[in-house]
Formats: sequence, C-alpha cells, structure tokens
Amino acid sequence: MPKEITVVTGTVGQDSHVIGTKILSRFLREEGFKVVELGVLTPPEEFIKAAQETAADAILISSLYGMAELDLAGFKDKCIESGLGDVLLYLGGNLAIGRHDLKEDEQKFKAMGFDRVYPPEVDLGVAIANLKNDLKAKGKI
Amino acid sequence: MGSVRLFIDFGSTFTKVVAVDVDIDKVEIISRAQVTSTVEEDITIGLKEALEKIDTELNIRHLPKREALACSSAAGGLRIVSIGFVPELTSEAATRAALGAGAKIVGRYSYELTKQELAEIEEIAPDIILLSGGTDGGDKKVIIHNAHMLLHSDLAGTHVIVAGNKAAYDEIRTISEPSDRNVKFTKNVMPEIGMLDIEPCNKEIREIYINNIIKAKGIAKAKALVKDIIMPTPSAVLFAAKLLAEGFNEDEGWGDLVIVDVGGATTDVHSVAKGNPTSGAVVLRGLPEPYVKRTVEGDLGVRYSISTLLQHLKMRNSSLSPNFEKVVNGLSSIKRVPETEEEYLAEKILASVAVEIATERHAGKIELIYGPAGEMFVQYGKDLTKVEHVIGTGGPIVFSSDPGDILKHALFREESRHILKPKSPKLYIDEQYIFYAAGLLAQTNPKSALALMKKYVKQV
Repeated sequence: MPKEITVVTGTVGQDSHVIGTKILSRFLREEGFKVVELGVLTPPEEFIKAAQETAADAILISSLYGMAELDLAGFKDKCIESGLGDVLLYLGGNLAIGRHDLKEDEQKFKAMGFDRVYPPEVDLGVAIANLKNDLKAKGKI
Repeated sequence: MGSVRLFIDFGSTFTKVVAVDVDIDKVEIISRAQVTSTVEEDITIGLKEALEKIDTELNIRHLPKREALACSSAAGGLRIVSIGFVPELTSEAATRAALGAGAKIVGRYSYELTKQELAEIEEIAPDIILLSGGTDGGDKKVIIHNAHMLLHSDLAGTHVIVAGNKAAYDEIRTISEPSDRNVKFTKNVMPEIGMLDIEPCNKEIREIYINNIIKAKGIAKAKALVKDIIMPTPSAVLFAAKLLAEGFNEDEGWGDLVIVDVGGATTDVHSVAKGNPTSGAVVLRGLPEPYVKRTVEGDLGVRYSISTLLQHLKMRNSSLSPNFEKVVNGLSSIKRVPETEEEYLAEKILASVAVEIATERHAGKIELIYGPAGEMFVQYGKDLTKVEHVIGTGGPIVFSSDPGDILKHALFREESRHILKPKSPKLYIDEQYIFYAAGLLAQTNPKSALALMKKYVKQV
C-alpha cells in the first residue's frame, strides 16, 4: 500500500475470546497495515478513543460470545459524534446467541452502521480484499 | 569536616537546610535548620539566616556552602499546563510526564483548544506548557490546531514543550519559527496506544527548569551562596524513593514501596512498583503505569484545602464530635500548627482522611465481570497489595503522636476490596524529613544517600 493505513482491532464488551482478534491482527500486519491491537474485553468507547488518537481508517471488532448487539448499540452514532464518521466499521464472530440466520445478522448490524459483517468462520484473504476495496472507494489508498 | 554536605529545600513556607556527614562509614545528620521562606522579597535572606544557624550550632565557619545542592518548590513550584487530544490517552500521558518531573499541574486540556480555554491558560500563566496529541503517525489535526492557538497567543516567553505526534513536528516548526518562542521538541509521550515514553519529556522539563525557570522565579539568586539548584523538590523525592526501592550495586534496596506525603496544600503519593496483577486470570486495561509514579491531590491538603477535606470527611465519617468543625476552622489559617490536644486530634483525623483518599486514588482498581465464561477480573492501574513498605512524611504525619495510626489509612480494606492498596506492609516515617536531601545526594553519591535513608526512615 502506498500510504500507511491504520486499523484498530479487539474484542468488544466482556468477551474474552482472544484467538480470532489475534489472528486477524497478525494477518493485517503481514498485509502492511499499522495495527492498534486493543485485545480482549475492550469497552466500545475505548475503540473510539484509540481511533481518534491514531487517526485510524478502520475499526475491526470481534465478538464471539453473542452479546454484540448490546455491546455495540449506538456505536456508529458515537463514532459520528467523535469525528469518526468516515472510519470503516467491520464486525465478525458469533453475533447472537443460539441458532440464528447469518443473513439476518448481517442485515441487522449493517442497519446499525457496520460496513461489513462476517460469520465466525471467514477466509481472512476475502475480508482483507474487502477492506482494501472499501478503502479504495473512500480514496484512502 | 571534609565529608559534610549541605542540602537545601526552598519551600513556599519554609526554607530548610540540613548538614549531612556523607562519609559512608558514618552517614549522619549533624545539624538542621528551618527558617521562614523569603522568596517573595529575596531568597538569600532566609537562606543566609538558616546557614548561620547551622554555623552557630556546629560552631564552625567553614562549611562547604559552595558544594551545597538545593531543590525548590518555592514560588508556586514548577507550574505546568498539560494539553493532549483524548483525555484518557495523550492528555493523561502528558499529565503523568509532568507529574513525574515534579511539576504541579495547574491546568489540563483536551481536544482542540477554544479561545476561551486559551484565555484561561493566559490567565494561569504557567511556567511550561506541555503540548501532546496523537500517537506517532496518528492524528495531526488537533496538535497542529493547538500549536497555532498557543503560538499566536499572548503567552510570550512561556516555554512550550512539544511531545506529541512526530509527524506533525515539521508543520509546528513552521508555525513557531518566525516568532522568538521558547519551543522545544521532544519525543512523543505516547508513541503508540498502550505505550508511555515519558523519560525524554522529563529530561526536557528539568533542563528548562534549571536553565530558565528558577531564574524567572528569583530562586537562582541563591546561587550566589550555594552551588546549584538542580530540581523541583518532588523530583528529588522521586529520585530518593527509586533509590531506596532499588538499592545501589551491592547495597540492597527495600523493594517495592509507597510514600505518602501529607502537606498543607496537597497530599502526594509516590509508588515505586510495577504493580502487575498479583493473581492469575486478571486482564490489565488502561494506560500502562509508570514504574515510578507520582500523584498529587490538590483537594487533600490539611490547610489550604481544609474545607474540601472536611466535606470528604463528613461523607465518610458521621460520628464527628459537634465541636470538630469549630476546631478545624481554627486550624485553617495557613501557618497555624496545632497547639491544644483537641487540635492535634483534629489534625490527625484530617491527615488520616487525606491519606485514605489519596492512596485510594493512587492505587489500581479491580473490577469483577460476569461473562458467559464465568467470572473475570479486569485491573486498571497498579496492584499495590503486595507492597511491603509504606512510608509517611510531611508535618501532619511526622509531628503526630501516633503516625502509625494515620498511615494505617493507606492500607487495603475489606469493605473496598476492589481498591488495590497494600495489604500488610511495614509502616515507616521519615521523621527527619531527609527524602529531599537523599534525592539530591543521590545525584553524586547514591551509596551514601541510600545509607542515609536506611538510617533515618524509621519503622513505627
């Protein structure tokens, strides 16, 4: 990438599942991104503060424990309020408890302002290709 | 008397001098003097008086005054305004850097400065403005905006230290260059999220202090009589604390420790400890903690801030005697020291609550979280539960008939288990007030400085 792109990663709320966000962070680094890794149990506001200070281009949130909807209620609005309206928001994981339709999840979280929503298992190559495309569309790379 | 050294502390109320025989086989205090500070008129008047007292007491006229080292908190101390972007991140990092350099924080700002805030800063007229904002390669807009505001303001002559996003430095230089501003650039206090780098900034602050600020405050006049004024007093105490904890070469230190200094205007807490979680299954969050950490509570002094202290006390203790408030009000005139038994008791109660709250704020907190995977703990700040040494200093503790009882308020309490204060430390007092002297001596002779503290810091 010609310009260094900064992304913020971590699991949100009280989710302590560290593996997904670790693998994602490592993969992003290998792809040339500057990664601000907040790790597990990150309050939503902390993603916003870190993104402000680092002038991040995207926030990639993991959630595997089914509470994402509660944890991320109003997240996009908070981003807009904090001057981060233009920052890409990605979310992936087990986004609700019990059996549920992945399509419904995607619709729900997109309506909440997330640009991309992924199931628990995803080819990271595809996700990063999406990210690069979205960044290109915003004229950031 | 070739091994006698003089150490001076210019305070806002008193000038203190201590003569120490630094010969490593002896290491003892041989004389001390305390006189009312004369920094308002001419700092050398009080200093001369104190030095003469020592001369008379020791009956010698050839004390090595030219070798004397001093520290100072006179004329308001080292007054710093810290500015950052996000309050919990770069603003906090800048504030910690300033506190670690022995400063008094007289203002703290975040995000883009407004004209009104700028007017406030002009009103405050700090000695130094510490400008941070953005991680390296991160946000540039805020720090550049703030640099524009500051450098086009009426704050002429105020020293500015830039310690933020290095990617913004070239542009800030173009703003500062045409003017004759005292702008210094140093490393970012928060180069990455989750990383503090305050040492280079501390160094810059101390250099400006030695080279400029003491002159501006009239403290440098003292140089006619003594060798040098080398640092703010809190900075000397921090040096001493670190030395006492770590030891020097083969001379072992005490290990992790906490110092509580109750004063008239503030209560300071210093901890020398990593403060990592002491039990497993704890996740650390928040900014990393400096190993040598200083916090200053401006609302917890036992004289200047007596009214706020009294309010804290009422909230915590409902069984105060009806007469208590009257006695406290009697004490509140600045230079009054307790005289009656009733007043000593009141002073003790005030000092105890100051110690309790100041250590609560300094220590880390632990939070229990119930997640789908069961209970989890999240720790913010330093875990001091295993710290083995708590040292009290400052008049209200040192002159109390029962300092141990005051210091007990620095300990962990079952009722507030989430506050990670020391659980079963030994308690000590610095009854000779030698920390500042040890910090000054440590600059040239750490071995004797360590021995001095080990000798005079007494267990209670």
